[in-house]
Amino acid sequence: MGAFESILLTVITAATPLLLAAIGELVVERSGVLNLGVEGMMIVGAVMGFAGAQATGSPYLGAVFALVSGMGMALLFGFLTLHLVANQVATGLALTLLGLGLSGMIGEAFVGQPGIRLTGIEIPVLSDLPLVGRLLFGQDVLVYLSLALVAGVSYVLFRTRAGLIIRAVGDNHSSAHALGVSVLKVRYLAVLFGGACAGLAGGYLSLVYTPQWVEGMTAGRGWIALALVVFATWRPLRVLAGAYLFGAVGILQFHAQAHGVAIPSQFMSALPYVATIAVLVIISRNRILTRVNTPACLGRPFVPDR
Amino acid sequence: MRLELEKRPERSTLMALLSPVIAITLTLVTGAVLFAALGQNPAVALYMFFIDPLTASWSLQELVVKATPLILIGVGLAVCFLSNTWNIGAEGQFTAGALAGSMLPILLPGFESFLTLPLMLLMGIAGGMLWGGIPAFLKVRFGTNEILTSLMLVYISQLLLDWLVRGPWRDPEGFNFPESRVFSDAATLPALADGRMHVGAIFAVIAVLALSVVLLKTLKGFEIRVLGQAPRAGRFAGFSRNKIIVFAFLLSGGLAGLAGISEVSGSVNQLTPVISPGYGFTAIIVAFLGRLNPIGIFLSGFLLALSYLGGEAAQVTLGISDKTTRVFQGLLLFYVLACDTLILYRIRFARPGVSAKGA
Repeated sequence: MGAFESILLTVITAATPLLLAAIGELVVERSGVLNLGVEGMMIVGAVMGFAGAQATGSPYLGAVFALVSGMGMALLFGFLTLHLVANQVATGLALTLLGLGLSGMIGEAFVGQPGIRLTGIEIPVLSDLPLVGRLLFGQDVLVYLSLALVAGVSYVLFRTRAGLIIRAVGDNHSSAHALGVSVLKVRYLAVLFGGACAGLAGGYLSLVYTPQWVEGMTAGRGWIALALVVFATWRPLRVLAGAYLFGAVGILQFHAQAHGVAIPSQFMSALPYVATIAVLVIISRNRILTRVNTPACLGRPFVPDR
Repeated sequence: MRLELEKRPERSTLMALLSPVIAITLTLVTGAVLFAALGQNPAVALYMFFIDPLTASWSLQELVVKATPLILIGVGLAVCFLSNTWNIGAEGQFTAGALAGSMLPILLPGFESFLTLPLMLLMGIAGGMLWGGIPAFLKVRFGTNEILTSLMLVYISQLLLDWLVRGPWRDPEGFNFPESRVFSDAATLPALADGRMHVGAIFAVIAVLALSVVLLKTLKGFEIRVLGQAPRAGRFAGFSRNKIIVFAFLLSGGLAGLAGISEVSGSVNQLTPVISPGYGFTAIIVAFLGRLNPIGIFLSGFLLALSYLGGEAAQVTLGISDKTTRVFQGLLLFYVLACDTLILYRIRFARPGVSAKGA
C-alpha cells in the first residue's frame, strides 16, 4: 500500500464521524431547530456503541446501540425545546454537559478495555484491485452509509415534498402551521434524525476510529460538526466537502509526526480548532451567502396558538 | 393526553422564585433514583453528597474555594446571557487568565515585591479579556458565530497550557514532571483564615455586589436587558448591539481570567496540565440556576461547589464514581430550563382531539 493511499484511508476514517454528525445536524437546522448538543449526543453514542459491542459481541449491534442512544438524547432535547419551548442554545449546552457526565459514568468500567473493531467489508476481486481496491471497495459499512446519507438528504430536501415541508417549517413556521403542517411533528422527526446521526458518529469513534473507550474521546468533534453546517451554508454536498477537508486537517498531526516534523504535538492538535475558527470567519464574511441559505426560523421557538 | 402550553398574561413572579427550587428538588429525586439503581441506599448517598460536606470546617473552606471561581465566572456570564450574547468559552478565558497571570512568577521568579500580586491579577484579567475579546471581535467584524469560536478557543487554550507546562515553563528542578515551578510567597494570594480559603473569595463578593448595582441601577444594566429582550426597541433607543457584545465578552472574559489567576495563585500555587474541573462550563449552570441575577448566582455558586465536594466525598465513603457530579450538574440545568417554562406559560394536559378553544 502506497503512502498516498494510506493517507487517503485515514482521511476517510477521520472524516466519516464529522460527516455523519454534520449531515444529521443539517437536517435539524433546516427544520429551524438549533441543537447545540451534538457533542453530548455523540459522546453518549460513543460509550453506548462500545458497551453494546461488548455486551453482544457484535460491532454492528454496537452501532445500533449508538444510534438509539443518540436518539434518546435527542428526544430529551426535543421535549424541552419543542414541547416546553425552552431556550434552544441553553438546552443544547445542557445536553452536552449531561452527555459528557453520563458517558463518563457509564464508561468508567470500560476504561482500558480492548474494543471490538467494526472492520471493512471484503468484496472478492474488487477489494483486491490495485490502487483503488481498498479505497473504494474495502471500507466499513458506515462509510458507505454516510455517503448514502449525503445523497439521500440532498435528494429528499430539494427534490421531494417531504423536503419542501422541512424547509418550509425551518423558514417560516407560522405559514407552515397555517397550511396545516404539524410544525412540532416535523421538528421532532428532524431532531430525532439528527440524534441518530450524532449517536452513530460517536459509535464510529469507539468502534472504528479508535476501538476503545476514552473519556471525552469526541474531543470537540460535535462542535466542529456544528461549524461544518455553517461552513457548508446548509448544503449537503458542501458538508461532504467540509467533512473531508476537516478529516484531512485532523490527521495531519499523525503524518507530520511520522515524517519527523519538529512542531510540538499540541500545536498540531490545535490545528482543527484553529481551522474551524478560520473557515467560520471566511464564510461569515460573505454575508449574502450566509443570509440566503440560513433557515429563517433557526433557533426560534414555535408555540401553536389555539 | 397531550401537553399544551397556555401563555400567561404576564410573567409569574412566584414561578420565577419557585422554579429553581422545583428544579433542585427534581434533581434530588432523580439522584435518589439513580443511587438506588446503583445499589446504594438513596438517603445515605444523598446525605453523603449534599449534607456531609457541610459538617466540617475544612470542607466548608473548600466549599468557598470552589464557589469562588464559579461565582466570578457566573456573574460575568449572566451579563452575556442577559444581553443575548453567547459566551460559552469561559473555561478558555479562565485558562488564558491563569496563563497570563502566571507569566510573572514563572518567568521572573526573582521579582518579589508588593507589586507582584497586583500585577499578576491585572495580567490575569487582561489575559481573560484578550481571550474573550477574540470571539467578540470576530462576531462584530465578520458576523462569526460567537458560540462556536468561543468554544474552539477553550480547546486551544488548554493545548497551550499543556504545551507550556510540558515544554518551556516546566520546572527545571521538577524531576521532569509536567508542572511549572511553585509560586513564591509574594506571588501567592494570602489565605483568609487558617486554611485553604483565600482572598479570591473577596473578589467574588465584590463582583456580585458591583454587578448587582450595575445591572439594577445603571443605564448600562438597562441597555443590557433591553438589547437582550427586545433588540429592535434597543436599536430605536440608540443602543449599539455591537458595543454590548464587546462589553459582555470583555467583562465576562476579564472575570473568568481573574478567577483563573486567583485559583492558580491562591489554591494550586503552580501550573499543571489541568487546572480546572470544568469551572467555566459549570458556571453556565450557575448562571441559569441563579436566574442570571448576581445574588441568585452567589447562592447557586455554593450549591454547585457543593456538588463537586459531594462527588469527592461520595467517592471516598461510598465508592460511587465522582463522575456522578457531572451528571447531577447536567440534570440540574435541564430541570432549570424546563421549569423556567412555568414562568411564561401554564401547562395543561388536554385529551387528544379535544381542545379548550377548538383547534
